[in-house]
Amino acid sequence: MQSLTYRRATSIGEAVSLLQNGGDTARVLAGGTDLIVQARERKRDVSLLVDVKHIPELIGISYSSDIGLVIGAATPLYQVYGNKDIKEYYPSIVEASSVIGGTAIQGRASLGGNLCNSSPAGDSLTAMMAINAIAHIAGPQGERDIPVEDFFTGPGRNVLEAGEFVVNIHIAPHQSGTGEAWQRFIPRNEMDIAVVNCGTYLALENGSVTNARVALGAVAATPIMVPAISEILIGQALNDEIIDMAADAASEAATPIEDMRGSVKQRKHLAGVLTKRTLAIAAERAQS
Amino acid sequence: MAKIVLNTIINGENREFLADERDSLLEALRERLGLMGAKEGCNNGNCGACAVIMDGRLVNSCCVMAAEIEGAELNTIEGLADADSLHPLQEAFLENAALQCGICTPGFLMASKALLDENPDPSEEEIRWWLAGNLCRCTGYDKIIRAVQDSAQRINSSS
Repeated sequence: MQSLTYRRATSIGEAVSLLQNGGDTARVLAGGTDLIVQARERKRDVSLLVDVKHIPELIGISYSSDIGLVIGAATPLYQVYGNKDIKEYYPSIVEASSVIGGTAIQGRASLGGNLCNSSPAGDSLTAMMAINAIAHIAGPQGERDIPVEDFFTGPGRNVLEAGEFVVNIHIAPHQSGTGEAWQRFIPRNEMDIAVVNCGTYLALENGSVTNARVALGAVAATPIMVPAISEILIGQALNDEIIDMAADAASEAATPIEDMRGSVKQRKHLAGVLTKRTLAIAAERAQS
Repeated sequence: MAKIVLNTIINGENREFLADERDSLLEALRERLGLMGAKEGCNNGNCGACAVIMDGRLVNSCCVMAAEIEGAELNTIEGLADADSLHPLQEAFLENAALQCGICTPGFLMASKALLDENPDPSEEEIRWWLAGNLCRCTGYDKIIRAVQDSAQRINSSS
């Protein structure tokens, strides 16, 4: 391991000043399941780890029908998928967060960590994008909000400026007539990185679509939204023909690389398949 | 290298010890405390051979900084058996031949303990999902699954 300093922050202000003074190689430590490995393998230069798990705002989950869902950025995944409100109202968050790593990873890894690691294949990212989650950020200039769909700027890169970190993730209250779903394709049953993943959100009124959001992961340099699908679906009644059009738009929007996990052709195909499947599940949930 | 003093409870005992600030928890356990039960397999969170229980949750000790355990409570494989007898999980692993080379076994035992603490009567599917982050390259998994089921039965029938 490279030589580094560890500091435990107990307030947002303390973390901001530690990060600011630490410069470019200061990093926020949440669950550490990506960061510690990257530091050990020298994929990231790290001189200072600022542990944010002892800051009250970064741990815990609250839900109310007026404010919605607020998830502390460093809350471990087992608390996320085990939360009764998330189970009831945000099934796609459960679907994504329960397949990230195994039990020992889920005891530590967090949505904030998945967000800031900014992998193009990060499983929770497309779930959060589809339901329009907002990242609440603290930094030297104060606090600001940014939609998760606008968070990523490249593989492993994001909009965070020096000294900034994610405090929590906010999702609007659940509305009746809406449904969401998340799926990924991997060649085994568990413990793998997505070949493609897909989050979907649908709002229906009298059988016709009033809002549709589809996000795809592992098909581009960052997770992407597919606005063309929203244009195809909004105002229409869902039927096989229109869902096939949405799936084609997903394949079209995917601009993947070829690597050990999958070919370009396979990933474009999967983008369509997962769009179709998640739309069907989201529609069913919206009507139930 | 900067040294730090850490205070923690390991297997019920207060421990104060000196670690390097850049040590992982796995390095601190093995190299500072001489607790060699947790094994280094992949050192990147994939294999589970280094799994320990930290504040009641299963973690991979290679993916925890030693400095993070200040004030925490740890359970490691060294504390699983008591002075007189093996833990029912250990007995069941032996009797069901759920190990060969043994490198993965401490991780499997701690992961299985964390499972049974939370869910005393898991289904086969629940056991398989829970243990998905532990890799064994010798036995295959069936004997391990049977050992966990057997152990759950022993624990439940004796309580």
